[in-house]
Amino acid sequence: MGYTLTEKILGRAAGRPVSPGEVTELKVDLVAFHDLTGYHVIEVMEKAGMSKIFDQERLVVAFDHLSPPPDPRSAEIQVSIRKFVRKMGVKNFHDNNVGILHQLMVEKYAEPGQVILAADSHTTTSGALGAFAQGMGASDIAAAVVTGRTWMTVPEPFKVSLKGAPGKWIGGKDVALKLLGEFKADYFNGKSIEVHVEDPHSFPVDYRATVSNMGIEMNADALMFVPDAETVRFIKENRGYEPKVITPDRDASYQEAYDLELNKLEPLVAVPHSVDNVKGASELEDVEVDQVFIGSCTNGRLSDFEVASKILKGKKVRTRTIAIPASYEQFKKAMDLGYIKDLVDSGCVVTYGTCGPCLGGHFGVAGPGETVLSTSSRNFKGRMGSPDAKVYLSGPAVAAATALTGKITDPRGVQ
Amino acid sequence: MIVEGPVLKYGDKIDTDVIIPAKYLKSTDPAFLAQHAMEPIDPQFYQRASKGVILVAGKVFGMGSSREQAAIALKAAGVRVVLAESFARIFYRNAVNNGLPVITVPGISREASEGQIARVIVESGEVRIGERTLKGKGITGMALKILESGGIMEYLAKVS
Repeated sequence: MGYTLTEKILGRAAGRPVSPGEVTELKVDLVAFHDLTGYHVIEVMEKAGMSKIFDQERLVVAFDHLSPPPDPRSAEIQVSIRKFVRKMGVKNFHDNNVGILHQLMVEKYAEPGQVILAADSHTTTSGALGAFAQGMGASDIAAAVVTGRTWMTVPEPFKVSLKGAPGKWIGGKDVALKLLGEFKADYFNGKSIEVHVEDPHSFPVDYRATVSNMGIEMNADALMFVPDAETVRFIKENRGYEPKVITPDRDASYQEAYDLELNKLEPLVAVPHSVDNVKGASELEDVEVDQVFIGSCTNGRLSDFEVASKILKGKKVRTRTIAIPASYEQFKKAMDLGYIKDLVDSGCVVTYGTCGPCLGGHFGVAGPGETVLSTSSRNFKGRMGSPDAKVYLSGPAVAAATALTGKITDPRGVQ
Repeated sequence: MIVEGPVLKYGDKIDTDVIIPAKYLKSTDPAFLAQHAMEPIDPQFYQRASKGVILVAGKVFGMGSSREQAAIALKAAGVRVVLAESFARIFYRNAVNNGLPVITVPGISREASEGQIARVIVESGEVRIGERTLKGKGITGMALKILESGGIMEYLAKVS
């Protein structure tokens, strides 16, 4: 019997074959943290009297949650992390002007077959390139920073097959919300999702990153796309080299599998206050919205801004709208292609490279009684600011269409 | 390890944004975090938990963010053990790493009522509530070693 991708990656990292359900120690390829968790990681290390890092080349640090700092304490946190970075000789450090950690992992670092740990739950994003990537808390990450190793229970692999090609205005978010709506937020707990794409180029890495990002909302241990021609294209185009590819064996056995027909998907929305409370955008067209947010590590990539600009170009937003590309690279490309101009002309507030309001940090948090339509990943009570605010989640097409009308809008009806 | 106390009960999918909102994450001080634990859904939690409680919850308790302050806040507020139908993976590890016992107990949200006294054996996962005994998934193996050491770093210091 062949191996699944999960078994192959974790078996290599453990140095021996592993099976679902067993507890194993393993080597980690990349470890990462950002500002809001990083200072906590460093505190844990200092408290334990451990002041070494396992590899100066394989620790990635990026400022995003508190970027640029909204208050003196946030600035103080960044000051302390910069000191750590200098003292330890961390090679891969990205200050306030570069981007959201998970986006940088996809752009610059993650490769098929790696084990990646970071002090943030959305670490699953790097699964887009076929890495086994998962978030952990500050203590576990401190241990990994020091030793380059971790321990985990090997998850049960679950196979998802994406068939066909998505229709107009359909993207990664609709696939993620479809899985959440069908299976609910607890179903994949203790499982790793391996996504096989039938037609690799019909579902690009941008879309994959959105689905992998929301693997944590499904409570999956990891959500990996099986590396294929699109994975190789993306890495070659962005980094100039061809990655080594690792795939599951043809006769790998999965206890469970699910086929998803991409051409049958409609634009979906998660309704407050739960990510698995999913409805079609067309069912929600009477919901009035006070603010639209297009951005975050979930949907802050070039393809998201391409969609938004197509809908907003030459028109004015009726709802205040904040747009934040996830990194400098995404912002620069969107600017060169004219998308940023389209968004600014339509009345959006645009900045880049910060988590912004997603977690209620800054750049437009929600007030009491307000309703937000957001392309980010979570609509938990209080997530985006006031506990008396409501957050709806969607992809960029619903978000842009909603910005034009002031009510949740199915983009298929927009001229 | 045996833990006893009155039950405080919550529902399914209690997420980390509810356990400790992001605006408090610029601190790791247990006393400060404790005052804001569960604030969005239960502003009185800090007072109610202060004498020592057993927190009972439904499915995927602690889902969402990796913030370790979620475990720190609950423990500092007076939670002695969390019993849930299931836990989110990151929260489970964070709890163990901070010396807060967490036990998966199928049926617990049906069997336990607010205010009842529960008695829990952490290693075996056995839970006594009134006349009923439930069998949970005790903490064993690596997680137990870490919990007993007081955290992952303390464990590493011991074995290295």
